Amino acid sequence: MASVAVRAERRRRRALRRANPLDYSRKTWMRLMMGGVFLFLYFPIVSLVAFSFNDSKRNITWQGFTLRYYEKALDNTQLHDAFLNSLIVASISTSVSTILGGMLGLALYKFRFPVQGPYEGMVHLPIVIPEICMAVAMVAFFATMDIPLGLFTITVSHIAFSIPFVAVVIRARMAGFDRSLEEASFDLGASQWQTFWNVTFPYMKPGLVAGALLAFTLSLDDFVITFFTSGPGSTTFPIKIYSMVRFSVTPEVNAASTALIVATLALTITALVIQSRAARKSAHG
Amino acid sequence: MAEARPIISIQDVTKRFGGTVLAVDTVNLDIAEGEFFALLGPSGCGKTTLLRMIAGFETPTEGAILIDGEDMVGIEPNHRPVNMVFQSYAVFPHMTVAENIAYGLKVVGTPRKEIDQRVEEAIALVRLEGLEARKPDMLSGGQRQRVALARALIKQPKVLLLDEPLSALDAKLREAMQMELVNLQHSVGITFIIVTHDQHEALSMADRIAVMGDGRVLQVAPPMELYEYPSSTAVADFIGQVNIFAVEGAEDGGDCVVLRVPELGDVRLDPPKGGISHIAVRPEKIRLGVAEPEQAGLVKLRARVENVSYGGDQSHVFLRTADGTTVSVRVQNVDRALSSVVARGDQVWLSWQAKDIQPLAN
Repeated sequence: MASVAVRAERRRRRALRRANPLDYSRKTWMRLMMGGVFLFLYFPIVSLVAFSFNDSKRNITWQGFTLRYYEKALDNTQLHDAFLNSLIVASISTSVSTILGGMLGLALYKFRFPVQGPYEGMVHLPIVIPEICMAVAMVAFFATMDIPLGLFTITVSHIAFSIPFVAVVIRARMAGFDRSLEEASFDLGASQWQTFWNVTFPYMKPGLVAGALLAFTLSLDDFVITFFTSGPGSTTFPIKIYSMVRFSVTPEVNAASTALIVATLALTITALVIQSRAARKSAHG
Repeated sequence: MAEARPIISIQDVTKRFGGTVLAVDTVNLDIAEGEFFALLGPSGCGKTTLLRMIAGFETPTEGAILIDGEDMVGIEPNHRPVNMVFQSYAVFPHMTVAENIAYGLKVVGTPRKEIDQRVEEAIALVRLEGLEARKPDMLSGGQRQRVALARALIKQPKVLLLDEPLSALDAKLREAMQMELVNLQHSVGITFIIVTHDQHEALSMADRIAVMGDGRVLQVAPPMELYEYPSSTAVADFIGQVNIFAVEGAEDGGDCVVLRVPELGDVRLDPPKGGISHIAVRPEKIRLGVAEPEQAGLVKLRARVENVSYGGDQSHVFLRTADGTTVSVRVQNVDRALSSVVARGDQVWLSWQAKDIQPLAN
């Protein structure tokens, strides 16, 4: 009889350890699996960053800590040029794709027109289409149109693949918009144009910022499309790193890559913070 | 007094959506200046569509809407002398209370000094002093509603349109806001048109009510007339509760008409009126008693209590007659013992005065 009480007590304690019957996070096997996945995902990146501080030319075994290769990367003028090219391309493509993508997202939210469903699907196709296909299509297009490959063609391609991303973000943002706000503004004597700038645009703004940051990071680290559409003298940062790796994997490459990771991460986190803050605000209002 | 020109005149207005769905069907309405007018009806009856046509957000398929004598066809909402308070209030979330209220003046280029002065007046009018710098997410539902009111009233419209303005408030606040809206309308003297599906709201606030159903106006009357003298079974049924009896035949009795009602026997109607198909009597007009009432001139009926719904100040008693007709009666619980007098299964007498019978033509 006593064993029944003991077993019940054991079951009770086990149940108390979990918040609810579906809480698996306290199970050992679950924790091991989560740790394994995390290691698989981040070990390469962590080792890349770690070896950027490695005091060795061959960069295979750990020799000691140094910041020498960061200095070297900073002094590399070719890397400078490539980084500048990346910034130019990213800035222009971000500005243009944010405006066009914003307009597209707004139009898709606002208007009902025939073939809207298929049109929306087509617009979002570049998000799912394999990048290599898009790259080949771009090159073929520029060749037919007789446009010489260079910074211009890279920028145009980046605009093309960034627009759908911005449009998706804006469309999602506008889903929570109260249309009667626009009607109220119109009713109070504002013109359509005033209504857009005073009411609709302020609401879109967090979405536009998030979309722009997304477009910027996409452009900054794009490789495949850029590789195909670049010409002489238009090397961007990722392509420069790739060409450096082909000679030898020195810690300098690691240092340059780490710089790119930090820049991308900072922008992505900013975008997420802006988005969640806007979401929290509209949840209140 | 000479017949004043109506501030709003709705003439044969019809609205079809997509060519087929008839939302508003040949509506004719004249609304006088300074009136508190209610459009009352169940959801989907076309009342909001009618309001949006006055504001200019929808265009009538047929007919004309005149505001202060001017045909509004082709005039955009931002150029109409009316303003609207939206159901969701539509207070601009990124602007402060003062900026929201000033908005309608700012967009038309009113001088800064005049804006400041009028905003101050409007804030005082709706009692929002001290909250000028707050953002809408820091306001309660009632305060947001006042911002929406002030924002519309500052434009000094000829007519203020209110689309279900109280539906988002809780019951206590709603009652307080009803009083406030009526007082506000008295103090500014502007014509109010309110759309509501809540009959109590319409009855307690409006000077005149138009009851709508299926896109048509069924009856336009002051609240009391609407309740006591509904023109049709549809209106009688929609406003409050009612017992309706079918009339099987009528005989001319000289200065009166005798209606044959199966459940009640012969009912004398004085003065006579033709074409009556039903008679209606409100539940609170019916007396309920254990003994047969002896007073002459009463309509009498014997019924069995089916259910008693206790509601505090009054009880709602549902009864069934021998031939199966259900009758509902409201009993005021004027003393504490009364509510326990009738119980399910009791045979009781129902009676009411002939003058409380409302004849209905359809």
